[in-house]
Parts: sequence; structure tokens; C-alpha cells
Amino acid sequence: MDVSVNWLRALAPGMQGSATELADRLSLQAIPVDRVVSVGDGLEGIVVARVVEAARHPDADRLTLCKVDAGRDELIDVVCGAPNVEQGALYPYVPPGESLPGGFVIESRKIRGEMSHGMLCSEKELGLGRDSGGILRLDGEFTVGQGFAEAMALPDARLELDLTPNRIDLACHLGVARELAPDDGPGAVPPPFDGPGWDASWADGVSEAEAGGVRIVIEDADRCNRYLGAIVRGITVGPSPEWLQARLRGAGARPINNVVDATNYVLLELNQPLHAFDLARLGGSEVRVRAAEAGEKLRTLDGVDHELTPVATVIADAETAIALAGVMGGEDSEVTLDTTDLLIECAAFDPRHTRHTARATGLATDASYRFERGIDETGQESAIRRCVELILAIAGGVADSNGLRVGSPPPANRVVALRISRIGRVLGLDLSVEEVTRLIAPIGFDTRPKAVDSDVLLVTVPGWRGDVTTEADLLEEVARRFGYDAFPRQPRSFRPSAVPDCADRGRADEVRSLLVSRGLYEARSVPFVPAGRSAESRIPLLKPLSAAEGFLRTDLIPVLLGRVEHNWSRGHRDIRLFEVGTVFGRRAGDQAELPADATPEQRDAANPFSEERRFAFVLTGARLPVHWGSESPDTDMWDLVGLVEELAEELGFGTVEPGLEPDESSERTFGFDSWLDEAVVHVGGNGGLTGVAGRVRATMIDAPRWSAPVFAGEFRLDPIQTEDQREYQSLPQYPAVSRDLAFTLATSVSVADVERTIRAAAPPLLTSVRLFDVYEGDKVEEGRRSLAWRLVFRAPDRTLTDPEVDGAVAGVVHRLEDDLDVRIRAS
Amino acid sequence: MATDGRSLRERLEEIRQRGISAIRSATDRDEVEQARVEYLGRSGLISQAMSELRDLPVEEKPETGQTGNRVKGELETTLELRLSEIEAAAAASAPTTSVDLTLPGRRSWRDGIHPVTRVIDEICEIFREIGFTVATGPEIESDWHNFTALNIPLDHPAADMHDTFYLADDRLLRTHTSPVQARVMLAHEPPIRVLAPGLCFRRDPWDASHAPAFEQIEGLAVDEGIDFIEFRSAIDFFVQRFFGAGTRTRFRPSYFPFTEPSAEVDVTCFLCDGSGCSTCKGTGWIEIMGSGMVNPAVFDAVGYDSEKYTGYAFGMGPGRIAMLRYRIPDIRLLYEGDVSFLEQFG
Repeated sequence: MDVSVNWLRALAPGMQGSATELADRLSLQAIPVDRVVSVGDGLEGIVVARVVEAARHPDADRLTLCKVDAGRDELIDVVCGAPNVEQGALYPYVPPGESLPGGFVIESRKIRGEMSHGMLCSEKELGLGRDSGGILRLDGEFTVGQGFAEAMALPDARLELDLTPNRIDLACHLGVARELAPDDGPGAVPPPFDGPGWDASWADGVSEAEAGGVRIVIEDADRCNRYLGAIVRGITVGPSPEWLQARLRGAGARPINNVVDATNYVLLELNQPLHAFDLARLGGSEVRVRAAEAGEKLRTLDGVDHELTPVATVIADAETAIALAGVMGGEDSEVTLDTTDLLIECAAFDPRHTRHTARATGLATDASYRFERGIDETGQESAIRRCVELILAIAGGVADSNGLRVGSPPPANRVVALRISRIGRVLGLDLSVEEVTRLIAPIGFDTRPKAVDSDVLLVTVPGWRGDVTTEADLLEEVARRFGYDAFPRQPRSFRPSAVPDCADRGRADEVRSLLVSRGLYEARSVPFVPAGRSAESRIPLLKPLSAAEGFLRTDLIPVLLGRVEHNWSRGHRDIRLFEVGTVFGRRAGDQAELPADATPEQRDAANPFSEERRFAFVLTGARLPVHWGSESPDTDMWDLVGLVEELAEELGFGTVEPGLEPDESSERTFGFDSWLDEAVVHVGGNGGLTGVAGRVRATMIDAPRWSAPVFAGEFRLDPIQTEDQREYQSLPQYPAVSRDLAFTLATSVSVADVERTIRAAAPPLLTSVRLFDVYEGDKVEEGRRSLAWRLVFRAPDRTLTDPEVDGAVAGVVHRLEDDLDVRIRAS
Repeated sequence: MATDGRSLRERLEEIRQRGISAIRSATDRDEVEQARVEYLGRSGLISQAMSELRDLPVEEKPETGQTGNRVKGELETTLELRLSEIEAAAAASAPTTSVDLTLPGRRSWRDGIHPVTRVIDEICEIFREIGFTVATGPEIESDWHNFTALNIPLDHPAADMHDTFYLADDRLLRTHTSPVQARVMLAHEPPIRVLAPGLCFRRDPWDASHAPAFEQIEGLAVDEGIDFIEFRSAIDFFVQRFFGAGTRTRFRPSYFPFTEPSAEVDVTCFLCDGSGCSTCKGTGWIEIMGSGMVNPAVFDAVGYDSEKYTGYAFGMGPGRIAMLRYRIPDIRLLYEGDVSFLEQFG
């Protein structure tokens, strides 16, 4: 919303301060001002001039030789390149020696052999607008030779407001002027027009009324609370006087003709959307507010054809739809230069229905914007009167003494109770009744103390403040008028939160610090994925922004692999990333229909979707940063397994189990088994599968030839133990004895089985078992491999003797020979 | 050593003088060792002298014994000092190594927490000091939690502020972290002071300053006796801590359906110190959060007594703050996972 500071000053005489100061006051007390734009600075030398003669330049088709009357003794020769220069019309003219805004000085010069003394200007050259398609034609009553800035009511400043949805009252100049008017003055008041007044006698009706030969019918009261009509006959349509054009231009609106300009003026001044119909073109001289018929056609003012459904509300004459109610007029009933008689509409269309009409037709207009947010229903009579009086002043004609008024009477102003004690409790301010009144009365809130309760102030809310409905809303009025920045700063004592820290946060912190300590970067991504190899559980967005981001991810890995590909495309070979994030799925089973008044718990229970917090990592490239002194082989499976083992141990979420099957009972399984080669590490925890890891299948990624194999893992966050379960173990008092044991056995026996067997066979004296060599090759039989282990024995209460240790080792060997068919090589 | 009729104490004094000069004149470790053996060794001069102690008359024993110990200590100190002097001199004159120590050393991988996580962590830590804990909520929400509970009617232009990703009629990707407010209040009784960091979603196509998903941090404090002054002061405390002492705040009226009064919070631009730059569009102020006193309608929706409890709530974008703080020009950089980007925050 753009407002003109000149217009504001006209509405609130005595308003002090520069445009920037006014903008600051609005920002700090009402709504943000995005920008303050000066309009019409540097136009001092420019005058209004008439092109008396216009002739083609002898040597250039596109140039015109003009004789210009700028109010001097003689006519001036000007060569003009604009396509729209017209004999007899008025334009802004820069005489030689004067400058354009920005300082460019115009000189007399020869153009294609013809002298040109000065220049006729476009809107853009004057810094008034963007139109550079032609010179600015001045329609209206101007005096030749008059200063252009003065004629255009310039300079001015434009405030670009960032309207919040609640403050629709600030979408007009009067509303903004109210906020800025001096507190001790008369406030903001629209000045009268120079013309006859209009005091209508009203023809009333609940659903219809007739007067002056026109009938107004509201067929559906849900769609329209009220419809006011006024009839003006015998007008002359033409350009508006310059003061009006200047007002509209100052607010960023384009002047069209005096009738349309009058309705726009009242819209921008008072916030009431009005519409003028050409009365002669209303079939049956009647208008009806009704639902559109299915398939009903209407061409709107912008020339677009609409085929309507009953969702839309229309204004119709006796035969057909002529306007979209509250949104836009129709082309067929539009005011034209031939129009002489008008029906002026000032209606209160229902916000929701207006929204539906606008949505159904894809239109969003100044009118629909206001109706959707709610207009001031108490201000309609004054608005239509102002519009009629303006038309009488600038387009002539005679207003029918009868106005039409159909629908329910305007609502009474709301009265909201405000407790002085509540101001103290919520705002912390100790204000008296008088102080509160002084703060909010200047912006239209009438106050009176409640007779029986001195704590309560009864506040009458002005009709334009539909957003103020509760005591809390009034507290905001008091607070902002008091000035948010005027509040004292006093730190208060507080009670700490009764809400415990959520466990996931601690878990994510542990994961982050662990993976960062292993040399990984944290990535963050947007959890959208393309359809691709669609899984059943994948959830589509109903209105995605693009096909590439059409679904919610079910796993983190694919998104991280996308990051890997991005890094490859930038030439990075060594990539180590992790992410902590959410994955999504569907819940099994049907969810019950929810009643409209369902409890929050019922709503959660009926959620057909599920989500889970996870973390994932990817590793590819060198195991260690390149160093001149040592080789750095690529990351391999054992780096992956080692990292997973460390994660499982340090985060306490289970053990690494090679053969564990994906867990079907879980709501969300790790759906990317197909992403990984068969070398998959499943990590099992108490509650089932907690994660998987492995090498990423080469076919699943778009890898350049120079890239290294990619390893990835993904894990649930919730099995992570955040409690510190460490307990001190007393330090050993007696020395340990270690024995190495090497043997061959069938390759089909896993190392994990061997370790289990060793541990099961040895007494508690065995404190550690470590594999230190694996050999498969010529020196052992085919189908077998050699494993070498170091066994460490220790007793807590004595030094072990050799025979004791020998006995323990012998026990282990027997057990291995019996259970796993091992052959001892050395011990 | 001849006694020459001198007392044992006199002889000890002589040993001291000779010993000190012998040690001081030693030029390498071997000579120091020789001196040590001669004077301090098991059968060195001091030991010999002290062995005579037993022959002295009782009344002379204590004083002479003390003298012996003092001389011994003094020689030991001198010896250690000389030894370290010799070592220092040896180190200084040692031939230079043949290794070129300007060769780069062996390093580990660089690593790093994401800049947005850094900002979130820092914000959480600051609010922790004034009694806040951390809560989370689901990213898929019901329309009730996301809108209705927060006093946003579904069929109202206020809902236009959030262009929403719907998944089903009544399920959506949360458009803000504010539904966590409702969830926390439904599950707990005051005093409540929570922060809720998390991802939110809006149908904004990707460009330099928009992403369809982005982080937000919600804050909520509810208790008896919380007023606007406490709210302002708490936000001031945070701003001074996070942006630096001396940073000023400015509260402006704004509109959020779930707070009343509502305020937008500006801080003095930390890039130009308020003098006006391109980041703050010449205003000297940067908008950092939306906030306000909790609207009683929200308390009603979660079954709190709005007469008993008051509170404040706020929300800010750690991604935006990270972009301002680190001068990151394009939001897409936060989500690309580019190694060259991430290593800058390691």
C-alpha cells in the first residue's frame, strides 16, 4: 500500500514532521514502512506547455517539429521524438538552461538539421513513474506557462507500507492520517469538496428496495450484508481535474476518467470499495446480488472471460451477471465516455464469499483485498455520499434525492471491557484511566468507566477497527500508543522451566560431536526428493514446487548422495558428510474419520503419517588427508565398519551384526538396502534394527571416473543412550600374561563365531581377545584361512602362574578343535 | 685431608669453596660428574668430613652437622645449575637438523558443525541461562496444531502468510515452529520456558533468499506474573549476549495471531553499527524476530487459565542470522553440502 504524504497532510492539518519522520512514527507505532520515496524533486524549471502546431520532420519519420506555447511572448520550436505528441495537447516542457531531475541540463541544439529549444518530457524522465513510452500528456485544467510541479501538487513523498493482515484500516489515507494526526487537534477529517452536497433520503429494504427507477435485490443475505446505491444523472465523463489526478498518482493509482477516479479516490481515502455502473446499460434497471449460475459467463473489466460456478457471487441485472461481487466490474456495464447516468454501488460483501469469488476467478483486486479483510460497515453511508459529492463536483449531473439501502442495518460499534489491573499484569504499566484514555482516544476509541467497577473501562471500538475484539487487542493499542520503546527494562526473577530437555536434542548433540571428531562435516538439507524409484511409503506433497522436490524423503542417504554428486561436480574427490534429520513414512492401518471438534490427542492418533529422527553419513575418497610423507589409500569397508563399531559402542545403540535381517515390524524400515552392496553392516539394538551401513552400489550414483567408492550408513536417533552409564573399574594390581594363538579353520566360520567360542571356553581370567592377523593363501589349505589371536589373562588377586595360563589356553584350544575344527599352527 | 688443627667446620667451609669453583669450572657433563663424585659421592669429601662428626664433643655436633648439610645442599644446587647451563649451551651449539621443518605436517581431516547449527546452539545456550530448556515437535502437523491452536482461522487471510505444503486435507508440513508451543502447553503445566528449534516449510521457490524449508527457533515463556517488561528485558538480554554488549533493540508493532500485543524486534545493524549499509538497507536496523505476549486465545485452546497465566513467545530464523553473521549471500549455500563451503566453518 502506497500513501501520499501530501494527501495525509490534507487530511490531518497540523501534522508535523518530514516524510522520513512520519515513516519512523508509523513504523514504531503502527505498521512497518518499507520505503520512503521522494516524488517530484528537481522539477523547478519545468512548465506546462501547449503544442500549438505539430508537423513531420522533413528528414526523419519518427520526429515531430512542434511549435510550443510555454506562456512566453513567442512560440518555441521543439523537436520531439515521442510517438504520442498531439497538436493542441498540454505537456511538461523543459526550457533550455533548465534541468531534469538528476541534474541533466537541457540545451538548444540541432536535431537532424532543425533547431530544438528545450524538450517535452515523459513520466520516467521526470522521475514520476516508469512509463517511458511517450511524453506525459496533461489532461485537465492547466494554465500554459504554469510551474509543472505546482500544477501537479509536487513535490510529494510516497510511503510504501507493509500492511499486516489485522490493520486493514491502514489501507487508506484517512486511516494512516489518524495514526499521525496531532493528539491535541481535531484528528483526521476529510476536507469538503467544492460542489453541492448530497443528503439522501433512503429507500430501505431488507432484501430489496426501489427508488429513482432502480431496483436493488439481495437474493442471498449470506453473501452481502448490505447494498447501498445512489443514482446520478446527466454527468459528463472526462478527465479528472489535476488535483484529483495528483492525489491518485501520489498513491500509485493511474487516473482513468472522472467517474472511475472518484470511486478510486474514495477507496484510497476512506477504504470503501465502490463501483459505478452505467445505468443505461443495466438491463431492467435493476441489480441483484446472487450466486453465479453454473456455467454463467462474464467478461471482467480487464477483458478476461470467466465461466462461473455458484461458488462465485455476482451482481446481475435482470438478465445476466454484470460484475463479480467485491472483486471486479464487468466490461458490459463499464462507464465510458458516452455514459450520462450512473448507479453507484457501496456494498458490504461477505469476506469469505469474496475470497471464494476471487479465488475461483484467479483475481485479486484492491476491492477484494479489503472485502476479504472486512470493511468498515459503519462508514458506508458517508463513503457513498462522499463519492456522489465528488462526482457532482467534477463530472456535473444531478443526484437522485433518494438513495437505496438494502440489507441489515449497520452493526452497532463493539464495546470491549478493559481492566486497568490487566494493563498492570500484562504490560507491567501502572496507568490511570485518564492516561489510558489519552493514549487511545485520538485514534477513535471512546472510553467511559463502568459505573459499578472502577477497574473497568468500557471502550467503544470504531467501526474501522474490526480487528479489535478482545481485551488483549486493546492492550496492544495501549502498548503501541505508549510506545514499545518507552517501556522500562527491568530484568525480573524467574522460575526455571518445568519442561525437561527433550532427549532427541541431546542425542543429536552426541552424534554431531562424535562424527565431527572423526573428521566429517555436518550438512543440512531440505527433505524433499524426486519421485524416482518410488516406494509405497513415500509421501507426495499435494502441491510440490517441482517434480524434483515432489516427495518427502523416507531415508537420509539418498539426499546425502545428492550432496556427494554435487561435490563431485565441483571436483572434490574426498567427501565426508553427515546429517541429522527427519524421515517420513506412512502409518499402517486405516485412520478413523475425525470429528470437527476432535481433541488434539485424537488428531495425533489419526495421523496417517509418521516421522523419525535419524542420522546418516557418507565417506568417499582418501582415508587421510594427502601428505607427502605417506601413502593415503582410499577409504574402504574396514574404515566403514570401524566407524560403525565406534558409533555403536560410544552411542550405546547396539552391536554390529553382519547378517541381521531388515526389521519389518518397525514403522519405517531402512528402505535403502537396494542402495547398498551386499556388504551391509546391520546394527541391532535392544529394540530391533537401529541402522545399516555399507558400500553404495555404483549404479545408484552418477560417479565420475576419478571418484572413489562411496560408503554410507544410516541410523535411528532414538536408541542412542544419553545417560552416562560409565562406572569405574579398579585398576589391575597384578601383571597380565598374554599368549598368541594361531590356527587354521574353514573360511565359512566367521571371526565373530571364533571370538564367541574363545570367550565361552576361557575362564574369567581371560580379559581380552584380539585378532591380529588374517591369512588366506598358498600356505594354508584351500577353503581354510589362518587367524592369529592374542589372548590376555589376568587375575584380580594374584600373579598368574604359567601352568594356570597354559591350562586356560589348552581349554580354549580343545573347545576350538571340537566346535570349529581348527588346526593349531603355533601357540 | 689434613686437619691442620682446624675445626671440622672450617674444613667444611673450605670444601664448599673448592667444590663450588670445581663445579663452576666444569665444561661438560663428564667434568661435572667428576666433581660430583669427588665432593658429593658416597666416599666423597663431604661424606668423609661428616664421618668425623661422631668424634666431636656433644655440644659441637649440632652446629657442625648443620654446616655439613648446608654445604652439601649448596653444592648440589650449584651442580644442577651448572649441568643445565652446559645442556643449554650444548643445545644451542648443536649442529642444525638436516630435516626441512617447513615441510607440511601430517594432519587429520578438517571437520565442522554446520553454521546454522552453530547459531542454534549459541541461541539455546544463551536462553538456558535464563531458565529455558529445549523442546521439539513433529514436522508433519495437523492443521489444528499449526493454525487453529494458534488462533489462526483456516479460512482467513492470516493463513495466507503461510503458503502451506499440504500432505492431506488436514495434514501439512508445519509452516512455523509455533505448534510446539501448543504441544508443550498441552503436555506440561507452567512454569514453561522452552526453545524449539526445527525445520519449517513454506511454498517459496528457491532463490537467493528463499528456500522451501528452513530452520526456525521458537521461544515460549509462560508463568504467573510475566509481563511485557520482563519480555522486553529477556529479549534485550539475549540480544546483548548474542550480538554483543552495546547492541540496541527496537520493538515495533506487528501482527501474529498467537501474540497480542505483537512486536517485531530490530537490533542495531551489526555490520555497520547502525550507521546504515546495504544489509540494513540504510536504516541501521536489522529485523531479527517476531514476538509478543501470548494471546489469551492460545491459552484457551490448550486449556490454560488465561487469567492466571501470562507469557511471551518469539520466533527467529537461525539460517537468516547465520547468513547475516557470516555474510553468506545466498541461502542455497546452506543446503548444498558443498565441502568448500562447510570447511569455512570448521
